[in-house]
Amino acid sequence: MPIPAPPTNVRVVTFQIDGRDYSAREDETIIEVARENGIPIPSLCYLEGLSTWGACRLCLVELAGSPRLVAACATQVAEGLQIYTDTPRLQRYRRTILELLFAERNHVCSVCVSNGHCELQALAQRYGLDHVRVPYRHVAYEVDASHEMFRVDHNRCILCTRCVRVCDEVEGAHTWDVMGRGSDCRVITDMNRPWGASDTCTSCGKCVQVCPTGALVKQGTSVGEMTKDLHFLPYITRRRHNR
Amino acid sequence: MSAPAKNPAKIRVATAWLDGCSGCHMSFLDLDERLIELARQIEIVYSPLVDTKTLPEQVDIGILEGAISNEDDLARAQEFRRRCKRLISLGDCAVTGNVPALRNHFKLADVIDRAYRETVTLHPQLPTRDVPALRETVIPVHAAVAVDLFIPGCPPSAETIWHVLGELLAGRTPRPSDLTRFGA
Amino acid sequence: MHLDDMFERAEEYRAESAGVEHEVRVCMAASCQSSGAQPVFAALSEGGQGDACRVKAVGCMGLCSAGPLVAVAEVAAPNEAPVLYRDVRAADAPDILASVGRQPVERLRCPTDQPFFTRQQRIVLANAGIIDPDSFKGYVAAGGYFALIQALTEMTPAEVVQEVTKSGLRGRGGGGYPTGLKWSTVAKMPPGQKYVICNADEGDPGAFMDRAVLESDPHRILEGMAIAAYAVGANKGYVYVRAEYPLAVERIATAIRKAKRAGFMGNRIAETQFSFDVEIRLGAGAFVCGEETALMASIEGLRGQPRPRPPYPAQAGLWGYPTLINNVETYANIAPIIREGGDWFADIGTERSKGTKVFALAGTIRNTGLIEVPMGTTLRDIIEVIGGGIPGGKAFKAVQTGGPSGGCLPAAMLDIPVDYDSLRELGTIMGSGGMIIMDETSSMVDVARYFMEFCMSESCGKCVPCRAGTLQMHGLLDKIAKARGSAQDLALLEELCDMVQATSLCGLGQTAPNPVLSTLRYFREEYEERLAAAQV
Repeated sequence: MPIPAPPTNVRVVTFQIDGRDYSAREDETIIEVARENGIPIPSLCYLEGLSTWGACRLCLVELAGSPRLVAACATQVAEGLQIYTDTPRLQRYRRTILELLFAERNHVCSVCVSNGHCELQALAQRYGLDHVRVPYRHVAYEVDASHEMFRVDHNRCILCTRCVRVCDEVEGAHTWDVMGRGSDCRVITDMNRPWGASDTCTSCGKCVQVCPTGALVKQGTSVGEMTKDLHFLPYITRRRHNR
Repeated sequence: MSAPAKNPAKIRVATAWLDGCSGCHMSFLDLDERLIELARQIEIVYSPLVDTKTLPEQVDIGILEGAISNEDDLARAQEFRRRCKRLISLGDCAVTGNVPALRNHFKLADVIDRAYRETVTLHPQLPTRDVPALRETVIPVHAAVAVDLFIPGCPPSAETIWHVLGELLAGRTPRPSDLTRFGA
Repeated sequence: MHLDDMFERAEEYRAESAGVEHEVRVCMAASCQSSGAQPVFAALSEGGQGDACRVKAVGCMGLCSAGPLVAVAEVAAPNEAPVLYRDVRAADAPDILASVGRQPVERLRCPTDQPFFTRQQRIVLANAGIIDPDSFKGYVAAGGYFALIQALTEMTPAEVVQEVTKSGLRGRGGGGYPTGLKWSTVAKMPPGQKYVICNADEGDPGAFMDRAVLESDPHRILEGMAIAAYAVGANKGYVYVRAEYPLAVERIATAIRKAKRAGFMGNRIAETQFSFDVEIRLGAGAFVCGEETALMASIEGLRGQPRPRPPYPAQAGLWGYPTLINNVETYANIAPIIREGGDWFADIGTERSKGTKVFALAGTIRNTGLIEVPMGTTLRDIIEVIGGGIPGGKAFKAVQTGGPSGGCLPAAMLDIPVDYDSLRELGTIMGSGGMIIMDETSSMVDVARYFMEFCMSESCGKCVPCRAGTLQMHGLLDKIAKARGSAQDLALLEELCDMVQATSLCGLGQTAPNPVLSTLRYFREEYEERLAAAQV
């Protein structure tokens, strides 16, 4: 007879996503389970390997029996949950959120270095967003090209704070932060000094790679040339966990 | 391409470009040999591509390229809306304002100064005749008149235009997002 | 300090006052000070009154529109209403002093037999306008800190929680979450570091209840916090108060200092094992910092932004430790509940909303100021009877409750008894207690636009629906208000209201559409008039 297994404190729960049964550890979030199983829940601020931010509200899902929507990135699975990820109501809200983002700043795809490689642009297409009903805001923000390798164009920033989090949590430099209020929030380097003058930036470029839009890009790229590579992030976090 | 004989069975199509680069119309011409097939089904009754100088009273499909930047653009968009059963915004300038709308970040007076004074070396002067007055802000077409269908893209590919017109002619509602997107 | 010492202290204070027959109380809360209470107080103090007459700075007496207020009270008859004087100037000091114990000065008199005074029931404001907020002994003499000693020496923490649960008290900050439930959740978390926080970041336009309580009776808050800390097993507290309330900050700071010196704060309070310390944290004027997770972030020294819940503060709050957050008025109710018992409190109010509620009356109403009435009092009583109705012969149009998260109710709703649930059903909320009364000349579209502008400029910018949604809603409201809007604009506005409500991260965004939705519900014709004006 084998030695009895030691008691485990990891509990597994079963639940449904879009009518199909799944099981997962109870400390996993809905979005983690969904992505593992190829269920596409959209998000712009959530990124595997970074802390949860819960701000873009695109990953909201419906739970059976509850009128409240929950953020898939910030909600853990639980026994018996019936989760719906793509209802007409969610699709409508997601389209509107995308509209609001397009109207907020200058996201002119045709002249963007990230054209064709932009998460915002791709989501707009996926949700059939073919025009923006609210008026465009047309406020000009600066472009900081003082860094020798990278450039930040605030006009294309959606304030997802992936750059802030990757810099703080993965690179450990905490060069990036957020200042201001409302739609006039801006990501800043150091205490709002030019990026090129930053004492803390290590020029690692992680912020550029995780940026979902053309806000953070490499210098010297032209329209559509900026491609990003997110693969380093799960790799680094996995290695750190193993250690 | 103006059809020699008036065929009442043909779908009457009008196009115009407002503040745009004409790229969307060029993309339309990129339909190449498919234009011939199209001509069997539609009649272009008004367009920069044909000779007609006035927009007919009754049009089935109106297609507008370009954003609304000046008073003439606005008047034409309104006229298209009045006379066309269905109005299509073709391309990013018509759909979003796109590049023409980049001037919205500046004051209109500064834009005019830049264009007609600062960059002109010989006799700089402001045009006062035969040039429609610029509006304070550039807006997409649907911000001024109701639009029935949006085809984003800069420019939308000939494939997209072919697909959309084909669906419309077949009496279906096309889904342009399946083929095109902002900046495509 | 033991109960015996307490009685001794109280006796001491009463002995000090032995010869005092009359008190001349000058309201020195912020609104009376702004209408000139300081020179009045100085003139009265210098007036050369004898030992039998004491001039005292006190907190808010309620009728702010009549300030500066001065009350002359007979010490031997505490149950009799004092003689109240309104609009007092420094030059009136000699007359007032001369009248003490004789005939009142008729030209300055403010009748206290009017409903504004007689219809109130004061629990939270029991001491306001009577005791000197800076006097520790004055608070003790009025029965202060007895409840804390009682809790520490005679009750277990679980019994304290039980008493609060029994009282039916619900959070006075806006949501109306059952206070006992909140306490028991924190109490049930495993022992270790825990915190209690007093949310004094009152930011609703037209609301000044918390300010008045802090300015008038700061020890009551500290006592409530200490009892809460004992009940949930915390030993550290923070008062998060906005820096725009300098007087409140000063008074709570003085209260903390004096409570420490007297042994009511610090180590081993009342010779028990219980230790408790309180620090003040100043808010820099961001409305969102009234949201509990943003407030905690701000205390931690981070950017004041909300985070997704769960985890709730009760599980993982300040620096990740279990944290109890209650509003000023909630804490102000605790000492009376412990002293008089939960059942006593539960007898006041309605079925599901117990106790009293402090309201700040503002706008076009005769009696602007602060009132405290039992839950379930009708809006009509509050506005027409206690508030004295609309001045200038104008007609009532709407009352706005709950600040930017609340809504506007029309005249047809005036007979509704005010409690958490009735207001929610009508599309507004109790909120923290601000009431803005509007007459027939107010435009409801403009009101909605005003509140939307507030939400837009106070949005922290974290989540998209609130940040960009309030901006677009404000734009649409502005367009409609300026008679440039179309039916499509109104439809889009309503769609955005639904979306922002359903998808925003925190309460600020989720409730931002309320002023629009409630005015659309009750005053839709005003929107339609503006749309019709645009067609012309």
